[in-house]
Amino acid sequence: MYKAVIGLEVHTELNTKSKMFSGSKNEYTKEANANISEIDLALPGILPLPNIEGVRKALKLAMCLNCETPDEVMFDRKNYYYADLPKGYQLTQMTRPFGKNGYLDIDVNGKSKRVRIHQLHLEEDSASMTHESTYSLLDYNRAGVPLIEIVTEPDMNTIDEVVEYLENLRSIIKYAGISEASSEKGQLRVDVNISMMKEEDTTLGTRAEIKNINSFNTVKEVIAYEMKRQEELLSSGGKVVQETRRWADDEKKTVSMREKVDAIDYRYYVEPNIPVVKLNSEFKEEIRKSIPVLPMERMKKYVSLGVSEKDAKSIVREKSISDYFDEVLLYNIDARDASNWLTTRLMGYMNQNNLTIDEVYLRPDMLASLVSLVNTGKISSQQAKDVFVFSLEEEKTPLEIVKEKGMEQISDEETIREMVREVISSNPNQYEAYKSGKTALLGFFVGQTLKVSEGKANPAVVNKLVQEELNK
Amino acid sequence: MKDKSILELRSLIDEGKITSEEVFNESIKMANDSQGTVNAFVTIIDKYSKEESDSLLSGIPYALKDNFSTKGILTTGSSNILKDYIPVFDSTVYKKLKEAGAVLMGKTVLDELAMGGSGLTGHTGIVRNPLDNTRITGGSSAGSAAAVAMGTVPFAIGSDTGDSVRKPASYCGVVGFKPTYGRISRWGMFPFASSLDHVGVLTRNVMDAAIVTDVIKGKDEKDMTTLEDESFKYSENLESSLEGKKLFYIKEILESAALGEAKEVASNFYDVIHKLKEKGCIVEEISFRKDLLEVIYPTYFIISCAESTSNNSNLTGFIFGPRGKGDTPEEVMINTRSEGFAEMIKRRFIIGSYILERENQEKLFLNAKRVRNMIVTEMNKLFEKYDGLVLPAAGGVAPKINPSEEVDRLGDEYLLLENHLAIGNFGGYPSITLPSGFIGNMPIAVNLTCKVKDDLNCLQIAYQIEKTLGGER
Repeated sequence: MYKAVIGLEVHTELNTKSKMFSGSKNEYTKEANANISEIDLALPGILPLPNIEGVRKALKLAMCLNCETPDEVMFDRKNYYYADLPKGYQLTQMTRPFGKNGYLDIDVNGKSKRVRIHQLHLEEDSASMTHESTYSLLDYNRAGVPLIEIVTEPDMNTIDEVVEYLENLRSIIKYAGISEASSEKGQLRVDVNISMMKEEDTTLGTRAEIKNINSFNTVKEVIAYEMKRQEELLSSGGKVVQETRRWADDEKKTVSMREKVDAIDYRYYVEPNIPVVKLNSEFKEEIRKSIPVLPMERMKKYVSLGVSEKDAKSIVREKSISDYFDEVLLYNIDARDASNWLTTRLMGYMNQNNLTIDEVYLRPDMLASLVSLVNTGKISSQQAKDVFVFSLEEEKTPLEIVKEKGMEQISDEETIREMVREVISSNPNQYEAYKSGKTALLGFFVGQTLKVSEGKANPAVVNKLVQEELNK
Repeated sequence: MKDKSILELRSLIDEGKITSEEVFNESIKMANDSQGTVNAFVTIIDKYSKEESDSLLSGIPYALKDNFSTKGILTTGSSNILKDYIPVFDSTVYKKLKEAGAVLMGKTVLDELAMGGSGLTGHTGIVRNPLDNTRITGGSSAGSAAAVAMGTVPFAIGSDTGDSVRKPASYCGVVGFKPTYGRISRWGMFPFASSLDHVGVLTRNVMDAAIVTDVIKGKDEKDMTTLEDESFKYSENLESSLEGKKLFYIKEILESAALGEAKEVASNFYDVIHKLKEKGCIVEEISFRKDLLEVIYPTYFIISCAESTSNNSNLTGFIFGPRGKGDTPEEVMINTRSEGFAEMIKRRFIIGSYILERENQEKLFLNAKRVRNMIVTEMNKLFEKYDGLVLPAAGGVAPKINPSEEVDRLGDEYLLLENHLAIGNFGGYPSITLPSGFIGNMPIAVNLTCKVKDDLNCLQIAYQIEKTLGGER
C-alpha cells in the first residue's frame, strides 16, 4: 500500500499599485505592452527601485503564516537566459527570504493538521509569451509584477489535505488584502511536488514536479493522476524519474518536460544595486498590527457560539462575508439562526444575482433585526421569508416591510379568542363532529382561525386557544 | 578655445568675446579633424543645442563616454551588440549636465562595454594617444581622456570600475577624478560591475574637476546607492593648506618600482613627496601586507567578471540592439551574442559564469569578496590616521600600441604598480590622478586616494599638489 507525499509551491501576484522594481502600473490590461518602462525592458543602464508596499505585503503574509522574518531586506539575482526574462536574471530572495520555518494549521474532515512552510520569498514575474507557428510574441505587462512564492515542506498526503491547504492559503491571502488571489486570472499558480512511499518506508521516494497549475480542480486531477501513475510504476518494479512534468489538459495526463530538476545552476548572488536595508522592529510591528483575525480563529469562535462547522467554514471563506457576520453578531442575536439566514438565504441570493456581500441591500443590522423579529415572536418564520424577499426587492428594512404590509403577528389572546369563537360559531357541523369524538378536526379550526387572521395570528397561541374553546 | 579651462571659457563667453555656439563649432571641428589620427569619438554631435542656465557649465562643450544613456542619441558601449542602439531615456549625469546648460559635443570611444584598459577594443577602432600616436591612451575611458588631452573639450565624463578614468588620465596627462561611490548617480550608465562602477570626470585641472562634480553629484531616487547630498560646493571650498595634512604611501608598491621606466616614475614620485613636505605636508611610508597587494588584480578580476556576466545578460537582441538570426528564441539569443561580442568579452563572461557556479562560488567569488573586505578594512584603519594615500598612478608612460614585448601581467612590478588603483573601487574611495611630470615627452602622474565621503578633502589636497607642482596647466 503506497501513500503520497506532497509538497506545494504556490505563486501569487501581489496587488501593489506599481511593479516590484519599477514605477510601472501593476494592473491587468488586455492591451499588450501598455504597462512598461525602461526598467521592465531592462534597457542598458537601468537600476532596480524596490517597492516598499511589496515588501510590506510580503512580510505581512509571512507573519500570517507564522514565519520567522529577517532583520534586513536583501534580494538576489537568479541568473538564466530565457526569452521572457528581460534582464537575463530574475530578482528574487535566496539569502534572506521574507519568511522561513512557518506553518499553516488546517482542518481536514474534522481533524487538525499542520502544514509546515519551508520558505516564503518575494520576486518579480517574467513577461508573458505566446508561441505562434513561426514566431513568438512577448508581452511585458507582467514583467516585474511582484510575485510571492510559498514553499511547503512535503507534509501533505491526500488530495483533501492539499485542497484544504490551498483554500486556507487563498483565504489568508485575501484576508491579508495582499492579492485578489484569483486562480482564474492566473494570480495563483501551483507547482506540485509528489512522490509515493510505502507506509513502512523511512525515506521519501523520488519525486516528480508538475509545474504551473492554474486551478485547484486541475491540482486535484494532477495529484490523482500522478498517484496512480507512480503507484503503477512502483508496484510493477519500475522507478520514478526525478523530473519536471506538465499537465496536458486535453489528454488529462501529465507529460515529461525535462529531467533532473536540480541540475540547473542559477548562479545566485546578492543584487549589488540594492543596499541592505534594516527592518526595524517598529516597522515590523506596524505590519503585524495590520493583520486581521484570520479565518481559522474566526471559525473556532463561530463554532463556539453554536454555528455548525459547515456553515462556519463557508462564512470564513470570504473575509467580507465573515466581517459581515461579525457585525450581525454585535446585535446579540442567536448566532446559529443568524448563520442559517446568512448561508442559506443571503448567500443563495448573492449567488443567484451574482452580487458580493457589500453589494446587497440587506446590511448586518437589518439581518439582525429580521432574526430578532422571528425570535421574539413578532413575525412567524414563514412571514420572515417574505419579509426577506420584500426587503431586498423593495430596498426597505425588514421593520419597514413588516409595518407597511401589516405583517406583525397577532399574539394577543383576547383578539385571537374572538376569532376562534367566530370560527366555531360559523362551523356548527364541524363543531358537533369534534364533540362526538372526531378530534382530528382540531387542525381544521386552527387553520380556519389563521385564515381569518390573514396569517397574522401567532400559530402557537391559536392552537392553545382553539383547544380551550373546543373543550369548554 | 583649445586648452582653455572651464573658468577661462566661462569668462570669455560671459564677456561676449565668443558665443557658446562658436565654442561648440570649434570643438566639433577639432574633434572631426582628429578622428583620422586619434579616433576618440563614436559620435560627434552636429547640431548645437543648449538649455538656459546660470551654471558655471552653461555653454561649455563636453564629451560623454559612450556608455551613458542619451535619449535619441546613439549609445553603443563601443560594442557591436549595441551598434545601432538609440536609448529612450537619459542617464542622470547627462540630464544634470543638460540642465546646467553644458553642451554635449560627442560620445567617446571606450574599451568594449568598459571592459579593458587599453582603448584598443572599441567597435569603431583603436584610440591613439594624442600626445604620441604610436601609444595607447589607456582605458576604458579612452576617448574621453583623449578629448580632454587634445583640448577639444575642457571636460569629459568617464566611468571607472578598476582605474578606467584614473589610468588614462595618467597616460594622457590630464586630471581624472572619481568621487566616493554613490556621490554620482549611476542611473543610465551601462553597468560593468555594479559594486565597483563609478562615474568619473576628466579635466585639465583640479578646479574644473570640482566644478563638474558639483553639477553632477547628488542623491538620485533612481539610484538607491547614491549618498545624501552635501550642502556645499567643492569648487567654492578648494582653498586650504597642506600644512599639517597627513599622507602615506605604501613601501611595497614603491619598492616594486626598481627598474627602467618604473624607476624614473619612483624618482618623480619621491620628488613630488619632497615638494609636499616642504609645504608642511606630512608624508609617511607605511608597510602594507604584500600578500594582499598581490591579489588586488585577481580579486578585481573575479568580482568584475562575475558581476559583468550577469549585468550584460540583457543583451540578447530581443528588445533592443541588432537582432541575430534564428528559428527559435534560443537561437536568436545565441547568434546575437555570438556575433555581438568580441572574443575578449566572451572570455570574461565565460570566466564570470564559471566563478558564479555553485561549486566555485565559495572558493572564487566569495573568497574574492572577503579579500576585498580585508583590503578595505586595512585601508580604513589607515584613513583613521591619514588624510590620504598617495602613489604613482601608473608604472610608466603610456605603452606603445604594438609593444615590442608582452608585459608579464602577473610579474611583481606590474602586479603592484599597475593595479593598486582598484583599491579606490574596492572601498568606494574618492580618488584623483593628476599629472606630476614627464618621461621624455610623455606624461606621468600621481594618484591621491582618500577616505569614503571625504571628497572635499581629496580635492583640496589635490588642488594644493597641483599648485605645488607648477600650478594649473
